[in-house]
Amino acid sequence: MVTDISSSKTTPHMETPAAPATFKVNVPSSSTKLPATTGTLIDIDNLDFYYGAKQALFDVNLKLDDKRVTAFIGPSGCGKSTLLRCLNRMNDLIDGTEVKRGSIKIRGVDIYGKNVDAIELRKRVGMVFQKSNPFPKSIYENIAYGLRIQGQNNKVRLDEIVEKSLRGAALWEEVKDRLHESGLGLSGGQQQRLCIARTIAVSPEVILMDEPCSALDPIATAKVEELIHELKKEFTIIIVTHSMQQAARCSDKTAFFYMGKLIEYDDTRTIFMNPSNPQTEAYVSGRFG
Amino acid sequence: MSEPSNPFATKPSTGRSLEKVVLGIFRAATYFVLLCGLAIFADIVLKGLPTVANAFKTTSTFPYVTNTFLFEAPESLYVFEHEGKKLEMGDREFRAFREAEEAKAAAAKQPAPKFKPESYVYSAGGIWPCIVGTVLLVVGSMSIALFLGVCSAIYLNEYAKDGPVVRFIRLAILNLAGVPSIVFGLFGFGMFVIFFGWNVSLMAGWFTLAFMVLPVVITASEESLKAVPKGFREGSLALGATKWQTIRKNVLPYALPGILTSSILGIARVAGETAPIMFTAAYVVRDKLPWDVEKSADFFFQGVMALPYHIYVVSSKIPQNEYTARVQYGTAFVFLGIVATIAMSSIIFRNKLRSRYKW
Repeated sequence: MVTDISSSKTTPHMETPAAPATFKVNVPSSSTKLPATTGTLIDIDNLDFYYGAKQALFDVNLKLDDKRVTAFIGPSGCGKSTLLRCLNRMNDLIDGTEVKRGSIKIRGVDIYGKNVDAIELRKRVGMVFQKSNPFPKSIYENIAYGLRIQGQNNKVRLDEIVEKSLRGAALWEEVKDRLHESGLGLSGGQQQRLCIARTIAVSPEVILMDEPCSALDPIATAKVEELIHELKKEFTIIIVTHSMQQAARCSDKTAFFYMGKLIEYDDTRTIFMNPSNPQTEAYVSGRFG
Repeated sequence: MSEPSNPFATKPSTGRSLEKVVLGIFRAATYFVLLCGLAIFADIVLKGLPTVANAFKTTSTFPYVTNTFLFEAPESLYVFEHEGKKLEMGDREFRAFREAEEAKAAAAKQPAPKFKPESYVYSAGGIWPCIVGTVLLVVGSMSIALFLGVCSAIYLNEYAKDGPVVRFIRLAILNLAGVPSIVFGLFGFGMFVIFFGWNVSLMAGWFTLAFMVLPVVITASEESLKAVPKGFREGSLALGATKWQTIRKNVLPYALPGILTSSILGIARVAGETAPIMFTAAYVVRDKLPWDVEKSADFFFQGVMALPYHIYVVSSKIPQNEYTARVQYGTAFVFLGIVATIAMSSIIFRNKLRSRYKW
C-alpha cells in the first residue's frame, strides 16, 4: 500500500502520543519555526527500480521539499538507500540496474532523461556515505579535490573555499593547524565531517546522506546532527538512517519504506506521534525492524 | 597436605605426538629449501666474486680505475707455455705479446718463436656488451609490458562490464601465463622476426619479452586496482568527477605500489629468460655496442648480447675447465647482482610511494 500524503494530509497535532510507552523518541516540538520552504525540489513519480531481474522499488511517489531535511527510514533492505542513490544516479555504477518506470524530477528536469549528464547531476546533488571515505590525501586536498576536477586551480580561491567548507562542516577550528596532514589521521567523526565539507565545497543544491552516523559514537553523532541542522539553511538534505531517534531529532519530514514500497510520508512529528499506517506505527514503536 | 591435582597437565596421546612429527616435517622442509637456496647463492658468489674482484685495473685516464670483466667485451683466452712458464692471455694481449716476441727474435736474428696456444672463446675480457644488452632488453620490454598491462587492467577492472566475454579474456590471460617461454620465443621469431621483418633485433626481443610478462602484469595490476577501496571511487564520482578523472587522480596513484610490486617479479623474469631472446634478440657475440649505430632508427633493429644467453653459451658451448669456469661463474654472479639491484631499487621506489598513500 502506498500512501502519498505529502500534499493532501495535514494532520493536526494530537495531545495523546500514539507511540506506546515501550519505545520513546524525542520529536521536535510543534513550535519549531522553519523558514518557509520554496516548495518541492525533487519530485519522484511512480518510480519502479530494478537490480537486474529483482525489483527493488515499487511505484514510489514522493515530493521532497527544498531546504528541508527529509529522513528515509525503514528496515534493512527496504529500498531507502536504493532510492537515495537514484537521486544522484550512483546506481548507474552498478551493472544491470534500471529505472523501468516513472521519473525523478529535480526542479522539473527528469534526471534520467536523455539530456542529463550524470556527472553534472552529481555536482549538484552531493553525497555523504555510510562509511566515511576521505581520500588518502591531505585534509586540504580532500576538500580541493572536487574543485580541482572542475578545473579550479587558483590557490587563493581554493584556500578560501577550503576554509569556508571546513567552517561550514564545523571542522575548521579542529584542523586549521594541520590542513596538510592526511585526512585519514582524523577521528571517525572528524572524517565524516571532512566528507561533508568535501561535499559542500562544490556547492551542491542537495546533500544525500546514507546513514552518515552509523559508524560514529554518540558524541560524534551529535556533532553531525547539529551540523545537519545548520546545513539545512543552505542545502536540501535527504538522510537515510537506521536510527529512529536520529530521524526524529533532525528531520522535518520522514518517509517510511518497507519492502521497496513507500508506506507513509509525512511531517516527522506526525510519523512518530500519530502515524496513519499500522505498519509505520509498528516500526516506529520498535515492534519490528 | 598434598598438592592439588593439576587438571591442566599435558595428556600424552598419539594425536599429540603426530602433531609434533608433522611440525618437524614442516620445519625440515622449510630449512631444506633455505639450504638449497643458500647453497646455490653461495656457490655462485664464492666462485663468481673473485672473477669480478680480480679484474680491477688502474688506467691512465679518468676515472683511473676500471674493471676489465665488467666493462670490456669478451675475448678468446690463449693458454700457452713460453720459456718454461705457463701464460694466459686475452686475444689482444696475446697478439701484442706475439708481435713483441717476434720482433725481439728478429732483432736478435733468431727464428721466430713458436706458440702453440690452446684457445678458449669468450673466456677472457669481460661481459660489458651483455650487461648493456640485458639492461636495454629489460627497460624496453618492461615499458611495453607496463603500458599495455596497466591499460588493459584498467579497462578490465574499471570499465568492462563483467560478463562471459570479460571472463573469457581473463581466462585467456591466465592461460597465457602458463605458456612455456620457448613457445613465446618461437612466436616472437615467427611474428616479429620473420613476418614483420624486424630480424633479430631489440624490437623483436622487447615485444616477445613483453608478451611473456603481460599476464603477470595484468593480473597483478588488476589485483592492486581491486585493492583500492570502492569508497574512493564512489566519493570521487559523487563529487562530479568523470570516470577517467576518478581513475587518474584517485585510483591509479594508490594502485601504483602494487603494480610496481608485480613488475618487479616481471623484471626478474624478463632479465632471466633465455629462450624467448635466443630466437629474437640475442647474438652470441657482437663487436659493436648498441649505441654504435649509423642512424638512430637502426638502434631498434639491432641484435644485442644478453647475459642469460651469454651464460648459456659459455656454459654449454665451450669446454668446462679451470680457465673457462671464471667467466662462467663470473657472468652468473654479475647477472644475479643486476637482477637484485633492479629489484631492490624497484622495492625502494615502491615503499616510497606506499608511504605517501596509506589507508
